[in-house]
Amino acid sequence: MPPILEAHNLVKHYGNFAAVKGISFHIDAGEIFSLLGPNGAGKSTTISVLATLLAPTGGEAMIGGHSIIENPTAVRQIIGVVPQEIALYDDLTARENLYFWGQMYGMHGRRLRQRTDEVLAQIGLAEQAIRAVKTFSGGMKRRLNVGVGLLHRPRLVFMDEPTVGLDPQSRRAILDMVHDLHRHGISVLYTTHYMEEAAELADRVGIIDHGKMIALGTQQQLTQQVGRHDTVHLQVGEEPHAVALANALRAIPDVQQVSATGQHVVLVVRSAAETLASVVSKASDVAVKIRAVDIQEPNLEAVFLHLTGRALRD
Amino acid sequence: MQKLMAIGLKDLRLACRDRAALILMLLAPFALTIGLGVVTGRFTAGGGNRSISEIPVVIVNKDGEQLGNMLVELFTSNDLAALVEPVVLHDVTAARQQVSNDHVAAAVLIPAGFTQSLFSQQQQTVPIEVHTNPGRELTANVVQAIVEEFLSRVYAGSISGQVTTTQLLSSGRVAPEDIERIAREIGIQPGVTASAITVQRVTAGAADILEFDLLTVLAPSVALMFLMYTVSYGARNLLVERTAGTLARLLVTPTSSAQILGGKIFGIFLTGAAQVGMLIAATTLLFGVRWGDPLGVAALVLASTAGATGWGLLLATLVKTPAQAGSIGSALMLIFAILGGGLGFSFPLPDWAQPIAHLTPNRWGIDGFIALGGSGTLAEVMPHIVALLIMGTTLFIVAVLLFRHQGWVSRKT
Repeated sequence: MPPILEAHNLVKHYGNFAAVKGISFHIDAGEIFSLLGPNGAGKSTTISVLATLLAPTGGEAMIGGHSIIENPTAVRQIIGVVPQEIALYDDLTARENLYFWGQMYGMHGRRLRQRTDEVLAQIGLAEQAIRAVKTFSGGMKRRLNVGVGLLHRPRLVFMDEPTVGLDPQSRRAILDMVHDLHRHGISVLYTTHYMEEAAELADRVGIIDHGKMIALGTQQQLTQQVGRHDTVHLQVGEEPHAVALANALRAIPDVQQVSATGQHVVLVVRSAAETLASVVSKASDVAVKIRAVDIQEPNLEAVFLHLTGRALRD
Repeated sequence: MQKLMAIGLKDLRLACRDRAALILMLLAPFALTIGLGVVTGRFTAGGGNRSISEIPVVIVNKDGEQLGNMLVELFTSNDLAALVEPVVLHDVTAARQQVSNDHVAAAVLIPAGFTQSLFSQQQQTVPIEVHTNPGRELTANVVQAIVEEFLSRVYAGSISGQVTTTQLLSSGRVAPEDIERIAREIGIQPGVTASAITVQRVTAGAADILEFDLLTVLAPSVALMFLMYTVSYGARNLLVERTAGTLARLLVTPTSSAQILGGKIFGIFLTGAAQVGMLIAATTLLFGVRWGDPLGVAALVLASTAGATGWGLLLATLVKTPAQAGSIGSALMLIFAILGGGLGFSFPLPDWAQPIAHLTPNRWGIDGFIALGGSGTLAEVMPHIVALLIMGTTLFIVAVLLFRHQGWVSRKT
């Protein structure tokens, strides 16, 4: 089966600023593909181009066999978009919102009413269908925001950081919905700056930074790039201490990479068990108190750190 | 078309759910109409229509010559018998006292030498004084209008007489010493009598009494003033869609830019028409306001809304934020009301400013509704309707061009 999405060398400039600098990837049918990167990496711009909201400066993409440049209307019919912002009408009820957006996808009448009920049940808002959106909690709005993107049974759903600002319970609900989409064979392009979300959801991950795709593959393929290295997270008291500690830790031979962000120091080491003693000793040397230590086996964060020298949340 | 209507109906529904907007769209104009009606005595005992007839007026003729007598004859003629109730006095002070005591609407004071001043080579100005009662502004204005009409006829006759005597003099057919006599004779030529000077009256049906309901002026004035608020509210909502992200979401659906913009425009139009329609229904049912020929009223409502919608669209292209749309829209509402005749009266504009008044939908709409309220027909207000439609279409085209230039509904930004 051909890929549902193929992007070739996508470029997007805003004046002299290059937000996307030649991104290429594909998404297979039924796959969850995560675009992982820090804020400002170009994830939202990439989605906006693929969703035909923005015209690419260069490159091309085919979605469901349709060109985003030559045949955008056909593309819009088969994609669903869940934007990062809550794009709903606050003074309309949940049902009225879904009904209106369904009309924008050419649905109407009984078919639309039935589909509205289905989506309300799917997103867990059937009981709140007649309440105005302005009375909803943030999590409920996010779920409805997702629901709008699913109304017309798209083959590919773009979800742009759908869990931003949510409490853990609401975030969990969104992630479960994505799993549900996967079970129903719907392809998903999921952007996030949370490594753990990408790790949980994605069949394949594309790591994007400064408008470029710097790594692409399954999680196993990506983590093999950093070898069998552990990632150690240290929390110190104050930001200047973190910087001082990071500088001191670079002297340890087994430390592959180290970065300081706020009160955190992240380092990639060959073996956390073998290096930890040296780390604590160095901290003592520079009079920095370590408040917490977290050791992780190779993960996407380590991959990003290995590739860019920065933590994912820098 | 279905999507366009869905967008428009959605906007109408949102407007109906916006409590603050509803207050300004419906309650405020309704309350203002009632308030103005109370202040102007529309709702005092007797209710119904207020007729303008038998206006009490006193006349003092100190001139005693041809023109002064002609003016007195005019007021006491059968032509004006139903309209005015004149009393001739000899004392100016007493006449003014009658006005001060609110016994009469006005006192017409014809000064001595008025007739002479018309033939005087020194051209001294001898004005007729119309002493008006501020508590009876409307009827006093009628008296003043009669005097002004009389004077304009006199002046027209005087000009033609001057031309004639000048030609006679230059041709040598008369001697200079005979000019004054001939001028007087021209002035009293047959046909130039009081009965030839008539006041044009507008009558309702077969009645001779001019029936006039203040609310037929107040209600449309207020409705059109607040219509401008509604269209600026629509402009604000256009901008809210952009900032709230719903416009971007619309653009990623298989809905064309034309459908999106058309739907938003339709929503503004629909909301405005619904607002004016509801105000008409309410004032008709509750206060018995006669708006006139239903077809004419419906057509004028739609045309006025189209004209106002054009202004609302233009506003949306000129501002950057919803807050700006709200502020500037409110200012526009008041300015248009002042220029176009909101609140039931027109501020006296200089001649050069009159065309500016006709740039507002208020002016055309109010004139049209007054004509319809005075038993006018659809045909009589067609010029107003056409003017409003031209206004709306022109502004719509300008706004769409500006929208495209600004990349408003473009997917290329």
